[in-house]
Amino acid sequence: MTEIIKMDKITKIYPGGVVANYQVDFSLKEGEIHALVGENGAGKSTLMKMLFGMQRPTEGAIYLKGNPIVMKSSQDALNYGIGMVHQHFMLVPSLTVAENIVLGSEIKGKFFLDQKKAIEATKALAKKYKLSIDANVKVRDISVSQKQKVEILKALYRGAKIIILDEPTAVLTPQEIVELFEQLKLLKQSGHTIVFISHKLHEIKKLCDRMTIMRDGRSVGVYEVDKVTEQEISRLMVGRDVKLDIDKPEKHVGETFLDVKDVTYVDELGKTAVNKVSFSIRKGEILGIAGIEGNGQSELIELVTGMKKPTMGEIYVNQHPITQLGIKKIRQLGVAHIPEDRMETGIAPKMDVASNFIADKYDNAPFVKNKFLLDYKKIAVFAKDLIASFNVKTEGEKTLVSGLSGGNIQKVVVGREFSSDSELLVINQPTRGIDVGAIEFIRKKIIERRSNGNAVLLASADLNEILSLSDALIVMNSGHIVGYFPEASEITEEEMGLYMLGVKTQTAEEIRRACHA
Amino acid sequence: MRKWKHSVDLFELLRILLALVIAIGVSALLILITSETPLYSLSVFLFAPFEKLKYFSNVLEMMIPLTFTGLSLCIVYQSKNFSLIADGCFYMGAVVASFVAIKFVLPVGLHPFVAMVIAGIVGGIIGVLPGIIKIKWQANELVSSLMMNYIFYFLGLYIINYFLRDPQASVFASYKFNPTFALPRILEGTRLHVGFLIAMASVVLVYFYIYKTKWGYELRVVGDNLNFAKYSGINTAKVLIVSQFIAGTLAGVGGAIEMSGMYKRFIWDSPASYAWDGVIIALLTKNNPKYVPFAAFFLSYLRIGADLMSRRSDVDNQIIAIIQAVIILLIAAEHFLAKWRLKSENKTAKDKYITANLEG
Repeated sequence: MTEIIKMDKITKIYPGGVVANYQVDFSLKEGEIHALVGENGAGKSTLMKMLFGMQRPTEGAIYLKGNPIVMKSSQDALNYGIGMVHQHFMLVPSLTVAENIVLGSEIKGKFFLDQKKAIEATKALAKKYKLSIDANVKVRDISVSQKQKVEILKALYRGAKIIILDEPTAVLTPQEIVELFEQLKLLKQSGHTIVFISHKLHEIKKLCDRMTIMRDGRSVGVYEVDKVTEQEISRLMVGRDVKLDIDKPEKHVGETFLDVKDVTYVDELGKTAVNKVSFSIRKGEILGIAGIEGNGQSELIELVTGMKKPTMGEIYVNQHPITQLGIKKIRQLGVAHIPEDRMETGIAPKMDVASNFIADKYDNAPFVKNKFLLDYKKIAVFAKDLIASFNVKTEGEKTLVSGLSGGNIQKVVVGREFSSDSELLVINQPTRGIDVGAIEFIRKKIIERRSNGNAVLLASADLNEILSLSDALIVMNSGHIVGYFPEASEITEEEMGLYMLGVKTQTAEEIRRACHA
Repeated sequence: MRKWKHSVDLFELLRILLALVIAIGVSALLILITSETPLYSLSVFLFAPFEKLKYFSNVLEMMIPLTFTGLSLCIVYQSKNFSLIADGCFYMGAVVASFVAIKFVLPVGLHPFVAMVIAGIVGGIIGVLPGIIKIKWQANELVSSLMMNYIFYFLGLYIINYFLRDPQASVFASYKFNPTFALPRILEGTRLHVGFLIAMASVVLVYFYIYKTKWGYELRVVGDNLNFAKYSGINTAKVLIVSQFIAGTLAGVGGAIEMSGMYKRFIWDSPASYAWDGVIIALLTKNNPKYVPFAAFFLSYLRIGADLMSRRSDVDNQIIAIIQAVIILLIAAEHFLAKWRLKSENKTAKDKYITANLEG
């Protein structure tokens, strides 16, 4: 097999001084499925964005079949036959599948897009690569896995010979993943080269030929997939042996602390995002919410924390109804919240670490003197304490939060929320996009709070995380609770996948068990 | 890290200084090209304000309104609510103060103080309006504030024309202010008045408000990340309203002080446009009140210099507009000198990365 792509000593430094890649060598052989492996934040996506022309390397060169190429945009990459399917799809929801596929390189009639030809082209393409899809439906009406197919077809339509897939399985159920792998193998047979970005080792074992492992922005080696064990890969990725299972002491449940009763939420677009949801959480237990992204989990979390107000229903925190209360009042009732998107909602980036630690408690006793002045001395002491106990890697409490790494920013968020006198922790994606050390640390802290008798509501896209942390589990599908499992440890990922897809649904009777009081 | 952070601060300072130097350089070049007596004009422009105590005092006098609108805009920009209503607040502050000056007779000292308080309250109320409209109806505060400036300008003219205008005066002017209204002078032989001290005290107070109080903390959080402020439980609407009120009050008080310190009658038949100077000052100071007096001094010095130059030579004082335009352009242009910064940033970032990951 010939080498089709060679990336030579690539260094990428983002504005603000984040070194995302440091002297990375990466090469692709024609017709292989090449895994790009590494923990979140290891620099995989950055490297591929440079291969797809979305970012330009600070240093280093890219060769296509031995010739150096410079790409200023993804259009350049497409012209070189390089396509990419992003983690977040780049589709126009109001257009049909066919329109989306030809968008940007349309076959034009006299003035308008030739719909017929577009549909024909889509059908021909779908047939050729055995990616079954209805060309006439609007993209907003199709499922996530179908959207992914549209993205792949879009790349193929533009003549991509090299296709980069950025964590394609993150949004899929186990059943859909099997289907995707079949399709990718077909593509490989027809001569395409595929880059498969992932950090799920068993998937790589099943699908890929070779792999490049990245850690902390560097490449730590290229391997034949069948010549290394999962344990070895894991060690290379992390730099040490990881303990993947979590020690969880016996649970001791107390009285009900959170009670959600028939809550419905209709969003601004008129979509019923949360539909008559009822459940409760007792002190000392972790209730996980599983579901494919966009099935109401995020909205539910925001309803419980007061970020959104339900259209119908009531939520009780420690028996107080909260739907009429402001966020401050809800927090005072003992609710802490780790938000889904830490950059968007979890921090003030241009303020220092200390200021970020006190955002929910700045106007209370220890931090205020003379009624309205901030006591910076006490704030500094408090911040130093938290930096130490949450192991935040920073120069000091006066460093701007935007200068920290993702994992450390998350620790700042977790540190702040866990240091308030809360009894209910509402946690959404606690470990998304952060390094392994931080993941372990945060998971341990969550367990610790449970042992101290706190109630925890946990949503995570990481099935493994949610299965291993949760005591009980609810699964959501299109706004409904479709399953309640009192013992999270007794359910497999496959079983959960069926519920997440909506293939299986429990009876109303079974779901009602989610309410305890 | 500390060193790196330092170099960024240093970079910002250099960037601003270089922008100022380039701006003055451009205007110097223009003077040299257009003037019949280029060197003389230039030397008047750059050095004349130091010639006499009176001129220098003029610089300090002009600093006063600039300081007030500068502080006002610092607060406005800290909140990321880009309202320019300070112009309306300043103008109405002056109108209201004139009303108090003409219609009331109060003891010396108390008279201007009462005017300032009323002007401050009026300024504050006006200052809040674009914010309220934004909170209630999501109207863009920049547009609404600019339009409201016209409303308040014409309202002010109406008040002067119908209640305070002196029919005896040959030009647009109000009746004379009662003498008790005048602020005392603080420097013999100049017009420098107590307003200067009030302005400097305001600098300290506003700095205190933004960086030392819990309200200032709320303001900075709201300005940095509105979503985060809401999520933390901060009452963002309240913060917005309070901060805009304070900003409006400062501008209103500035207008009143300008009247009682510098004028005998109200004679502004067009808005004074000090709000735009406030914008330049906020830009130069990065919204930190600590630096407002320096920026105000700089702007004021250039103006007095240009004024003297236009009186003594053939160069018009409109040269100031060019200087300001160049300054705003260079400072607002994020990419000005960015390459230079990027290079040094990249180098430090790489060094840091190497020590963190490749050694030890």
